[in-house]
Amino acid sequence: MMNRTKIKVNDLNLFYGDFQALIDINLDIMENKVTALIGPSGCGKSTFIRTLNRMNDLIDNVKIKGEILLDGADIYDDKCDLIQLRKSVGMVFQKPNPFPKTVYENVAYGPKIHGVKSKTALDEIVEKSLRGAALWDEVKDRLDKPALGLSGGQQQRLCIARCLAVEPDVLLMDEPTSALDPISTLKIEDLLEELKKKYTIVIVTHNMQQAGRVSDFTSFFLNGEIIETDLTDNIFSKPRDKRTEDYITGRFG
Amino acid sequence: MEMQASKIMISNKKINLNIKEKVSYFAIYLAAILTLVALISIIGYVLMNGVKHIDFNFFIQEPSSMGRKGGIFSIIVGTIYLTLVSIAIATPIGVAAAIYLTEYAKETKLVKIIRFGTETLAGIPSIIFGLFGFVFFVILLGFRWSILSGGLTLAIMILPTLIRTTEESLKTVPQSFREGSLALGATKWQTIIKVVLPSSISGILTGLILGIGRAVGETAAVMLTAGSSLGLPMSIMDPTRTMSVHLYILASEGLSKEKTFATATVLIIFVVLINFSANILANKYMKRTKIEA
Ligand SMILES: Nc1ncnc2c1ncn2[C@@H]1O[C@H](COP(=O)(O)OP(=O)(O)OP(=O)(O)O)[C@@H](O)[C@H]1O
Ligand SMILES: [Mg+2]
Repeated sequence: MMNRTKIKVNDLNLFYGDFQALIDINLDIMENKVTALIGPSGCGKSTFIRTLNRMNDLIDNVKIKGEILLDGADIYDDKCDLIQLRKSVGMVFQKPNPFPKTVYENVAYGPKIHGVKSKTALDEIVEKSLRGAALWDEVKDRLDKPALGLSGGQQQRLCIARCLAVEPDVLLMDEPTSALDPISTLKIEDLLEELKKKYTIVIVTHNMQQAGRVSDFTSFFLNGEIIETDLTDNIFSKPRDKRTEDYITGRFG
Repeated sequence: MEMQASKIMISNKKINLNIKEKVSYFAIYLAAILTLVALISIIGYVLMNGVKHIDFNFFIQEPSSMGRKGGIFSIIVGTIYLTLVSIAIATPIGVAAAIYLTEYAKETKLVKIIRFGTETLAGIPSIIFGLFGFVFFVILLGFRWSILSGGLTLAIMILPTLIRTTEESLKTVPQSFREGSLALGATKWQTIIKVVLPSSISGILTGLILGIGRAVGETAAVMLTAGSSLGLPMSIMDPTRTMSVHLYILASEGLSKEKTFATATVLIIFVVLINFSANILANKYMKRTKIEA
């Protein structure tokens, strides 16, 4: 089977002031695959994943060198439309962060922002997105209830639905299950299996089993560098680098 | 032996702590009760002396013979008019300034100066604002004694509080809401209007209530800028007399004890009503957005 590169990262370096958080990152992210980013705390996983939808732009004092090609076009080019980029590269955060609005309004928020006005169109998008996030059956009778009243796991799936509503190609997830209980975590993992048919997924996780279960490719980060990237099965069965082996066997980190 | 001694010491210490805690608890409790008693007796005293002089006519009749007779219709209208004008001027400016300071401005010298300015402004005695309004709006700009002059003056007076409370409530909106919105491709402005402001509406309302309270309660600055005319104000360029000013004039010139207390009663009812409705508004909003208890 042919793998198509969805995102190509070339010689990416990132500095917070004088501190270099990412060093010469090179990575190909495959379309319709799940790529897991693993590595010890503080190694730059969040920093890296946030470069993919330019969320680091919000932080003062960040310097970025190198290029990130999304479908061949550099997202750090001046010509890149930031709004379009963030529409096509959605992000799910570590802590579920639904807006203090109703379930419906949360999902409809993105489409409304991007100009969808008709009520029937919005209704359709909301239902489709909630179904896509495997949440529809649980919330279809409480669409007009506050989203903050949902359980943590439901909130996180709502955030996924909120992303799906703007029809992205790529989903970035930074430890999406670390604030959730095991049952909710499993639900989200099952969901990922479903989602990767349509979306390219990048997920940061601290949980080795999770990386093993859900991902096709795994990149191991250490101190701002990518030590190795490979098929997840290879990384876990025959890592090429000693440091990768030490990490996945729990000898450090 | 020694062990025992130290044990006793410890338990002594515990007892001491306990007593200290009890005493401070009692002191706090006492302070709370005192405040409550003072509040109730002041309001009670006013109401007791005022309610019996209030009837329906008091609300719908114009005052006559300097306020000795008749009602306070024109004064109620003037109070509401002036308050609305000042709020209408102050709210957009105050909220916009707060948004600028919290969402856009970096911590530059200029911002620090603006912040220092608003803080200082909040502490300046209202008569100074009155004097400024008199010289600037009434005389220099030629607005005369009018609801416009008074409204502008009051607006400047309540702006600092409004900016401060709005800023505080904007700061309590979690960063994750902003990130969530921006990550969906919303612009900063859309994020502020659709997510940040709605989440901080109750804080903004609190600032507004404080502002309204200050506008309704102000006397000297209002007399200097809106005048003390008893006539029914028809336009924004007309002078007027607010309830507080009326109360002050009635009392200081010894015109009528009954009307003084009656006016005071209406003023209290007015303020309570404002607080009450703002609370309901805020709650209604919270219900729609926050977790239901
Ligand atoms: N805004 C910032 N300013 C300065 N330094 C930062 C900033 N954000 C992160 N860092 C630093 O950059 C490095 C990488 O941080 P990052 O959050 O990307 O790590 P991480 O791999 O996601 O860690 P974790 O697993 O704990 O989430 C850390 O040393 C961190 O202290
Ligand atoms: Mg992280």
